[in-house]
Amino acid sequence: MANSVQTIPVSETSPRSLRLPGALSLTFRFCRRKPLGAVGAVIVVSLIVMAAFADRIAPYSYDDSVPGARMKPPNAQFWMGTDNLARDIWSRVVYGARISVTIGFATVALATILAAAIGVSSAYLGGAYDIVIQRIVDAWMSFPALVIVLSLLAALGPGLLNLILALSILGAAGASRVIRGATLSTMQSPYVEAARALGAGHVRVILRHLLPNVTATIIILATIGLGTVILAESALSFLGFGVPPPYPSWGGMLSGSGRSFMYHAPWMALWPSVAISLAVFGFNMLGDALRDVLDPRLRGGGGRPGS
Amino acid sequence: MHTYVLGRLLIAVPSLLIASLIVFTLPRLIPGDVVQLMLVEKAYGKDLEDLRAKLGLDRPIPVQYVDWIGRIARGDLGESLWTRQPVLGELARRMPVTLTLGFMATAVAILIGVPIGILSAVRQDGIFDFLARSAAILGLSIPGFVQAIVVILLPAIWWGWTPLVRFTNLAQNPLAHFLQFVLPAIILGIASAAAIMRLTRGMLLEVLRQDYVRTALAKGLRERVVILKHSLKNAIIPVVTVLGLQVAQIAGGSVIIETIFGLPGMGQFLVEAIVQRDYPVIQGINLLIVVMIVATNLLVDLFYAVIDPRIRY
Repeated sequence: MANSVQTIPVSETSPRSLRLPGALSLTFRFCRRKPLGAVGAVIVVSLIVMAAFADRIAPYSYDDSVPGARMKPPNAQFWMGTDNLARDIWSRVVYGARISVTIGFATVALATILAAAIGVSSAYLGGAYDIVIQRIVDAWMSFPALVIVLSLLAALGPGLLNLILALSILGAAGASRVIRGATLSTMQSPYVEAARALGAGHVRVILRHLLPNVTATIIILATIGLGTVILAESALSFLGFGVPPPYPSWGGMLSGSGRSFMYHAPWMALWPSVAISLAVFGFNMLGDALRDVLDPRLRGGGGRPGS
Repeated sequence: MHTYVLGRLLIAVPSLLIASLIVFTLPRLIPGDVVQLMLVEKAYGKDLEDLRAKLGLDRPIPVQYVDWIGRIARGDLGESLWTRQPVLGELARRMPVTLTLGFMATAVAILIGVPIGILSAVRQDGIFDFLARSAAILGLSIPGFVQAIVVILLPAIWWGWTPLVRFTNLAQNPLAHFLQFVLPAIILGIASAAAIMRLTRGMLLEVLRQDYVRTALAKGLRERVVILKHSLKNAIIPVVTVLGLQVAQIAGGSVIIETIFGLPGMGQFLVEAIVQRDYPVIQGINLLIVVMIVATNLLVDLFYAVIDPRIRY
């Protein structure tokens, strides 16, 4: 009998992959597989650190005028230069991170809760509710983002809270559509049917079975959403509808004084531009990488014609 | 086909109605004291009640809505609170500017996005692919207004050349008229081009792995024919969908680009109206933009039938 059994070569599995991956080795693997995502993560973390410890990192306060240092080019003392009101640009960029991060996270948190509530309920309840809600989402999504936020701000008036409110209502619509889709496909799973057959109530099915399975989708949406919100906030500030001065937001630094003095002091426009671009880049890359890692369905693969 | 178009139009009606409801409701979120502010600042009416009556705010909301829709159906978008000019006339003057910018930006998006996406997919993981993908990431990360600032700033620093801020009309000088759109259109189109490039690449890569592509190659067809004829047709459908979505993106982006480059289009008008809280103008622009976008989505749906014979109506 022993002779008749053919030995089947066991596919090579390195012993490392059998071990339970700790947080460190997970991080290491993420960095190796997604170098751009890791760069994004570094940018995102530095942004958050800058925002949290702005008062420790920045050598000056955001509205400190340094006597006799008006529109100085970058040098050893002010290594990003100073602006037309003799304020240190590096300090203002650091404090600007606080605005971007605060608005970004607050907006995305609000938008995600809204989107999850709309998306999951719309998919779960279905019927007339779903149809009506989805038509409203349709209509909402057919407005260009900037136009609807501007109009909302015109109605609500300027200010940090209204900005967050307007941006999150905007973000929620698109995200709710994706979450609805993910929920619909999860509802087809046998385990949801089994839970129902066992007599689980609606709340239990939604909270214990549906939500945990759309969490990956929600995290990805939130990360990419952060980049979008930071971009939208800087665009609004650029147009003059953002956080009112003297508080520094990157978009605002770029528009008002940054634009009027940019021929004489280009660094005033340069550094906020770099900050906005880096922040958006960081969140986009991290979001992309997270999507590839967390959601295998969306993962791209190799393959060439004929291969 | 005709029944499909009719059906599709009928579906667009509720979307438009809900959108009109949103357009109508937005200015009514104004706290009451703004009416008072308008009274004081602009001396628009005799007293608060008079001004409310003038703005039609003294009647029940549903009556106001029906009345508003009725006037729109007759082509009356109201008049600007600021200049007291009819909104429709002003929009008609500004629309060609935004449409020119939008069409040119869309052309930029397609002409850059699709060919690079194809090349990138065919030479996957090659040096071109790497460069194209890096450029796409840059194009998506650097906001349009930053690109615009850089484009205006660099020539100024290097050669002391600054772009003219004066707008040239079509009648004055047709060539100069179109040339002044080139730079804004490229900047406006780049982000969309990057999105389209990434999608074209992704879709094409998926299609290139299909059996019929292997078959076509195996029977000796040239690679160019297989890619452009067999594969691209199947890969391009989602790209068309996204292009439809990008039109909304471009319409939104035109607000900023028009402001920076001093183009007197609808976007610039919207910013002015919002600064002045000119509600009839805001409503008019929003409504027009929504109608344009709903129409675009309809066209996109119809275009599917043209490029994909499997979709029959």
